[in-house]
Amino acid sequence: MSTIATAMTADHRRCDEIFSRAEELVSSGDWTSGEAEFTAFREAMLSHFSMEEERLFPAFEQHLGHAMGPTQVMRMEHMQMRQLFTEMEQAVGIRDDARYLGLSETLMMIMQQHNMKEEQMLYPMMDRTLGQAGGEIAQQIGQT
Amino acid sequence: MINTVSLSLDQAPPISIPFRFFLTAPLFAIGAGLELLILGDEMIATRWSPLTLGLTHLLTLGVLGMVMCGALLQMLPVIAGSPVPRVMLVGTLTHLLLILGTLLLTISFLSGSVVVTLAALTCLGICFGLFVIAAGIALWRLVAPGVTIRGMRLTLVALVVTVILGMAAALGYVGIAPIGHLSLVTNIHLGWGLLGWVGLLLVSVSFQLVPMFQITPEYPSWVKRYLPSSVFIGLFAWLLLKLVPVMAWSDAPAQLAVALVVSGYILFSVTTLRLLSQRKRRVPDVTLLFWRLGMYALVLCALLWIGGALFPPPDAAHYFSMLLGIGLIQGVALSVINGMLYKIVPFLCWFHLQNRQMALMSMTVRVPHMKEFVTDRSAKRQFHLHLSGLVFTLAAAVAPLWFLRPAALLFILSNSLLLLNLAAAVQKYRATFKLLTPPAPGPTAGVGGTG
Repeated sequence: MSTIATAMTADHRRCDEIFSRAEELVSSGDWTSGEAEFTAFREAMLSHFSMEEERLFPAFEQHLGHAMGPTQVMRMEHMQMRQLFTEMEQAVGIRDDARYLGLSETLMMIMQQHNMKEEQMLYPMMDRTLGQAGGEIAQQIGQT
Repeated sequence: MINTVSLSLDQAPPISIPFRFFLTAPLFAIGAGLELLILGDEMIATRWSPLTLGLTHLLTLGVLGMVMCGALLQMLPVIAGSPVPRVMLVGTLTHLLLILGTLLLTISFLSGSVVVTLAALTCLGICFGLFVIAAGIALWRLVAPGVTIRGMRLTLVALVVTVILGMAAALGYVGIAPIGHLSLVTNIHLGWGLLGWVGLLLVSVSFQLVPMFQITPEYPSWVKRYLPSSVFIGLFAWLLLKLVPVMAWSDAPAQLAVALVVSGYILFSVTTLRLLSQRKRRVPDVTLLFWRLGMYALVLCALLWIGGALFPPPDAAHYFSMLLGIGLIQGVALSVINGMLYKIVPFLCWFHLQNRQMALMSMTVRVPHMKEFVTDRSAKRQFHLHLSGLVFTLAAAVAPLWFLRPAALLFILSNSLLLLNLAAAVQKYRATFKLLTPPAPGPTAGVGGTG
């Protein structure tokens, strides 16, 4: 059976792979493919964020009865990452590889510790609290 | 049933806590290098000379212990979701007592003074006691610990054993406590310190960080599950077999226990090197250079130990244990720690600045990215100094007359550049922090950087 943890963790890994490809292309100076790969990466991340912010977090917050605590921190980190995407896009625009690689290194650090907190704490907690409803959401996520 | 209050995802300590540890460490390394440069001739004769012991502790307490304590205070809230209680107080006291205790211990080795030794032991005892209790609370209150947390718990126990054995040995040396078999106690103290406290922390943190930041496959689950506990059991068996007189009937079981520990570390380093070679992230990375060096050094140390066990070197070959010690401390531990600092320090600079920027919504100020805090070029230059320093120190263990002074010089240079790189990052952090200060509504605004 698909759980929130397995479905969302798999999506993290998918984003990681696109991230590495984009970084490698930019590092090798291939801006044409690099730009396309960066765009694909940003799209993958943004759709992951919206799955969380529009479906998972509200369901979980409704269960808790408030929107404070862990989900609030996760939303905040999403904002930090969105800001980095914007800066990376600018670096792609002006073909500044040093800047892109510095930003992608930074993004890597924040993204990975964000993912770790979700995978090890938040998702398992959601699976436990949301029960059947969570399984259904996970099922839909797996299909998209 | 589910305690969401304890799921604190956002309780990183103030940046000044980890940074005071990280910036102090290179100073102790430079101090150790100076000691080697000035007093080196007397030191190399034997590993038991007070100078060698003092130098070792400048590195293990002042550098390794310093960075490890600071990093744990920083990492526990993130990795475990469990912040260290009273982190400001614990961090401040641990840091000060560790500095004072290390300096006093160095003086006590040089002077042999009983009073100074007792003062050093008091400082270090309170320092580690406080640290173990605080970190212990954070680690043991978790209900469902993962492999990293279980490994860190073992690490903390190993620290306790190391400190107790070290204190017993020190009291024995100055003649206060009637400790028999002093060299044996010292050996076990050294083994628990390097292969227990340092090694197990390295192993458990790697399980988490290597796949995460290098995008490698996970460590095999059986490695994660059994490796730290096997190493710990091996160390514990070694301690019992050596120290309990009834069991000391033959050396073979104790050698076997050490062999278990050594094979654990071979497994760890080979697995890590294999994972690193499979990494999906293909961009050059200075931290990776340090990590690879550390892992190769670990394999070589293990092979050296096996060689020594199969073909025992003559007693006169004191360089054998020197090579092992240098390989483990400078080759493995310092390499990995040095590499880690190049990730943690720039990241924390960025992280705290960006949090501040978002809190103030002052989007006109650009927060520098990580590689603007420490440039790749400068970090790489320091890696080359570190590597040459290591090669020369190893050579100095065999031919001190030729290599000792160049080795000391390279070690000083390497750590000075490390200090410079970290200080430049803090400088940039402070400058940006000031720009991010909101237009002052009252006289209290505008307090400077916390680094």
